[in-house]
Amino acid sequence: MDSKIDKKRFKRVSRRELIKLTPVIALGAFAIPKLQAPLLKAGLGFSDWASSLMFRGGHLAPTFAASAVTPFEKFPINDYDVDDPEVDLEHWSLSIGGAVQKAGNYSLAQVQMLPKYTQNTRHVCVEGWDVIGNFSGARLSDFLKTIGADVTSRFITVECADGYYESLDMATALHPQTLLCYEMYGQPLTREHGAPLRLTIPTKVGYKQAKYLTELKITNVLEKVGYWEDQGYSHYYGL
Amino acid sequence: MATRVLEIENPKDGEITEAVYEHPFIVRACHWVNAVALFVMVGSGLQIFRAFPSFGAKIPQKDLINWPKSLAIGGWLGGALQWHLTFMWIYIASGLIYIGYQLFSGNYKQVLFVPRDVAGVWPMVRHYFFLGPKPPAKEAYNSLQKHAYTSAIVLGVLSVLTGIAIWKPVQFSWLAWLMGGFHYARLWHFIVMWAMLAFVFGHLVMVVLHGWNNFVSMLTGWKKDPEYRAE
Repeated sequence: MDSKIDKKRFKRVSRRELIKLTPVIALGAFAIPKLQAPLLKAGLGFSDWASSLMFRGGHLAPTFAASAVTPFEKFPINDYDVDDPEVDLEHWSLSIGGAVQKAGNYSLAQVQMLPKYTQNTRHVCVEGWDVIGNFSGARLSDFLKTIGADVTSRFITVECADGYYESLDMATALHPQTLLCYEMYGQPLTREHGAPLRLTIPTKVGYKQAKYLTELKITNVLEKVGYWEDQGYSHYYGL
Repeated sequence: MATRVLEIENPKDGEITEAVYEHPFIVRACHWVNAVALFVMVGSGLQIFRAFPSFGAKIPQKDLINWPKSLAIGGWLGGALQWHLTFMWIYIASGLIYIGYQLFSGNYKQVLFVPRDVAGVWPMVRHYFFLGPKPPAKEAYNSLQKHAYTSAIVLGVLSVLTGIAIWKPVQFSWLAWLMGGFHYARLWHFIVMWAMLAFVFGHLVMVVLHGWNNFVSMLTGWKKDPEYRAE
């Protein structure tokens, strides 16, 4: 079974095998400053696309017993600017626009007229910490019906009183656990937690769950994605 | 699978050196791609960890370690996530291609630690600690090597599974549940990383100790002058 070969020919054989590996060097493109940002953007885009395929509209996020809920005072308050953007709660309304039949301003009472759902779900922060919170509110899907939203549109965008902004894919917006949340732990939202209305989305990471909502639009085109996304975070970040 | 063996003849003095084809192309390619991917995954993972360097509660937060930024990749959390979520696909692809190839080609017999290898582990450990003679080599890898490589493959699979449990704790809630929930999946992911790094450390030490011909074999596939007689 052994075959003889002279030294020179063995060198050629070895070299040919070594040259076969040269495509591996293509990974070095990630080290080239000019290519790095576009490559990573493409990688993250691929990851987001794969994420959206994994999303199942009927699959519920785990819910927890009351005993597992993190105490209210240990539920972190994360903001990018101020804890309290001093929303005028008396005169607050949610401005609705975009691909809807009934655009206009909606009061908190109109949101609260919809069936109320309460859930103990896990809130996962992109930083790595997690807490289990108690959230109540109306299903975003019910509200979309109320305003006559075109649910074949691709996105929902929101603006917030503190200048924060976010966007959400329609499939996630229609998920039964996606709430327009006005109560946490059985009490109206405190100012730090986004009074009077915030998003609770147990199928998304924390930064998608915007607080202090002021504006909601239905659209097919995103001019901007979200405060953190526009600085390089994942656009989709579904859990 | 029959091993390819060559006898290299030096035309000057007629001296014969044996060479064995130890590492097929797919194995070598996956090895190097995986080495790069693992490097990026660990570096960016440690930067991600810096955002919340704890496995306890957020309030009050007790940091485990303050990992230096200079030993991390990505510069900030968002940057590190871009690296991590890009290279995880490369890491997974190289792992799947490697495992698939090994299974279908039958080449897995070279690395897979099986029950009959158990007896060979202790003599090899004794040898490495200068407590015993070197056990005779019969094949490419000795029992202890097989144990190390098989463990590394298992750790690779675990690193992906624990990672998925953190990345998708809702869609793969059963996976997160198996690990004790999102919170503990994060801890397992961290532990698996250190276990993998322990393997890499041992692996690199052995590469240095076993010399040039051994190192070159992972580049060209051919190992000159092997310690064993190929059959």
